[in-house]
Amino acid sequence: MDYAKLATEIRKDIIQMVYAAQSGHPGGSLSIVEMLIALYYKVMKNIDPKDPHREDRDRFILSKGHCCPALYAVLAEKGYFPKEDLVTLRKFGSHLQGHADMNKTPGVDCNGGSLGQGAAIGAGMALAAKHKKADYRVFVIIGDGESQEGLVWEAAMSAAHYKLDNLVFLLDHNGLQIDGPNDKVMSIGDMCAKFEAFGWAVEKVNGHDIDAVAAACENKVPGKPKFICCETIKGKGVSFMENNVAWHGKAPGKEEYEIAMKELEVC
Amino acid sequence: MGKSLRVAYGEALRDLGAVNDKVVVMDADLSNATMTNIFAKVYPERFYDFGIAEANMMCEAAGFAHSGLIPFASTFALFGAGRAFEIIRNAICYVNANVKLGLSHAGLSVGEDGGSHQAIEDIALMRALPNMTILAPCDEIETRKAVFAAAEINGPVFIRTSRPSTDIVTKEEDPFVVGKANVLKEGTDVALFSFGLMVSRALKAAEALEAEGISTAVVNFHTIKPIDKEMILKYANSAKAVVTAEEHTVMGGFGSAVAEVLAGHGQAKFAMVGIQDKFGKSGKPDELFEAYGLTAENIAATAKSLL
Repeated sequence: MDYAKLATEIRKDIIQMVYAAQSGHPGGSLSIVEMLIALYYKVMKNIDPKDPHREDRDRFILSKGHCCPALYAVLAEKGYFPKEDLVTLRKFGSHLQGHADMNKTPGVDCNGGSLGQGAAIGAGMALAAKHKKADYRVFVIIGDGESQEGLVWEAAMSAAHYKLDNLVFLLDHNGLQIDGPNDKVMSIGDMCAKFEAFGWAVEKVNGHDIDAVAAACENKVPGKPKFICCETIKGKGVSFMENNVAWHGKAPGKEEYEIAMKELEVC
Repeated sequence: MGKSLRVAYGEALRDLGAVNDKVVVMDADLSNATMTNIFAKVYPERFYDFGIAEANMMCEAAGFAHSGLIPFASTFALFGAGRAFEIIRNAICYVNANVKLGLSHAGLSVGEDGGSHQAIEDIALMRALPNMTILAPCDEIETRKAVFAAAEINGPVFIRTSRPSTDIVTKEEDPFVVGKANVLKEGTDVALFSFGLMVSRALKAAEALEAEGISTAVVNFHTIKPIDKEMILKYANSAKAVVTAEEHTVMGGFGSAVAEVLAGHGQAKFAMVGIQDKFGKSGKPDELFEAYGLTAENIAATAKSLL
């Protein structure tokens, strides 16, 4: 499979969805595309669009749930629901809610969006898997702004305490949040050092390198949960959105939409 | 005097654990106070302590529920319903996760620990959440029934228990149907509605009223949500006065739930006995009940004032 081409298709879906909805979060959605492809196409085991609740499947939580356009695009591409549904994002009656809803959208393992919660629920799912003596894994994408929530650190503490080596946090480290750069709003400092101090195995990768993200996920350390700091570019793939905090939560107008789609066509 | 509701909670969990292997129990460093240690001693491999981090415990409970287990997340009512409110809203109720909240030390009867630890607004908070069931047992017998009933409900349940030893006012053979209040005593002039530790006080108030020739019914609302509308309307239409009594603020609590049903219905005049927009403070439970008007005397006087 041509993963670079797939990434471009997912990005086009994201732009189309947010444009159709005239609301949503394109910046952070574009930054996690390769992370999602690594998980859904290379890493996660026993996932089956025809049986979304399969007991032995690996689980995924998009804790930074506002970036669900990217997740929806990947799930549609995998066949969990028709691709035509994508343009109903955020619309009345759609199963594609503004933040992912496990009871509405096939393939969504857990809600996200109330920041910090997905991280802690993920720790709970991983602990529950240990409790059941099941060997599936739980993957959670968290945001860097999200990591200002204390709940992320409560979850980090408990995951190390319970030796959840079936749990992986992937940090979308694009450096920006709604009010501006992390370092201006509230410095999160050295995230790898922080997680290491909490007792996690840590690794830093280029978050737009699918193979590198997948390899880091596979590189397990017995007895330790895994933290992968994925260095990313917010708005990746659309020149005027890249590293521009204005595109955190804004939909493109007609002209911007056309420019974005044209840029992605020639990718 | 019977056992405290928290001891009954711990014992009921232990016995539920024997018959339901999906049950796991969680605590936030209060297992010696919530009495989940009774379960933990028998089932150490099914007990998880999350330390002093209630928000995380509630999220992890949701994770367990999403994995097909039945977690009973236990802590003080203030730190569960209060500190972890938004977690309970989004991670549990919004998705209808099968999490049981065993929240103890509710109300003024916490006593000496004082106002910072006395949850008097927990029912108001939990009642506002769709999908939530609220069970508020009145004695050790009902606490046991509440725990077993909660496990049968597929969705979030808040079991409200308290700290001190408590009079036994129900019988083993009494029915416990979620959403159906129990009439403890029939009467035609006044109906006293209460739950938890106020039930024994309502019964004493009824004795005093009867001694004055006022026929008084006492109804035990062990389920606060869904509230038993039929029972409320029955007395609204037949009695002269309805009085609610609760160990909770009158704002948004049980009395408010009754008032929401009464509005526009029936002939009965209505009043609420409860905490009047004040925080608690340190003291012995009986001293606090007296100081805040949560007494049989005040219930009876309130009823008489409506006649």
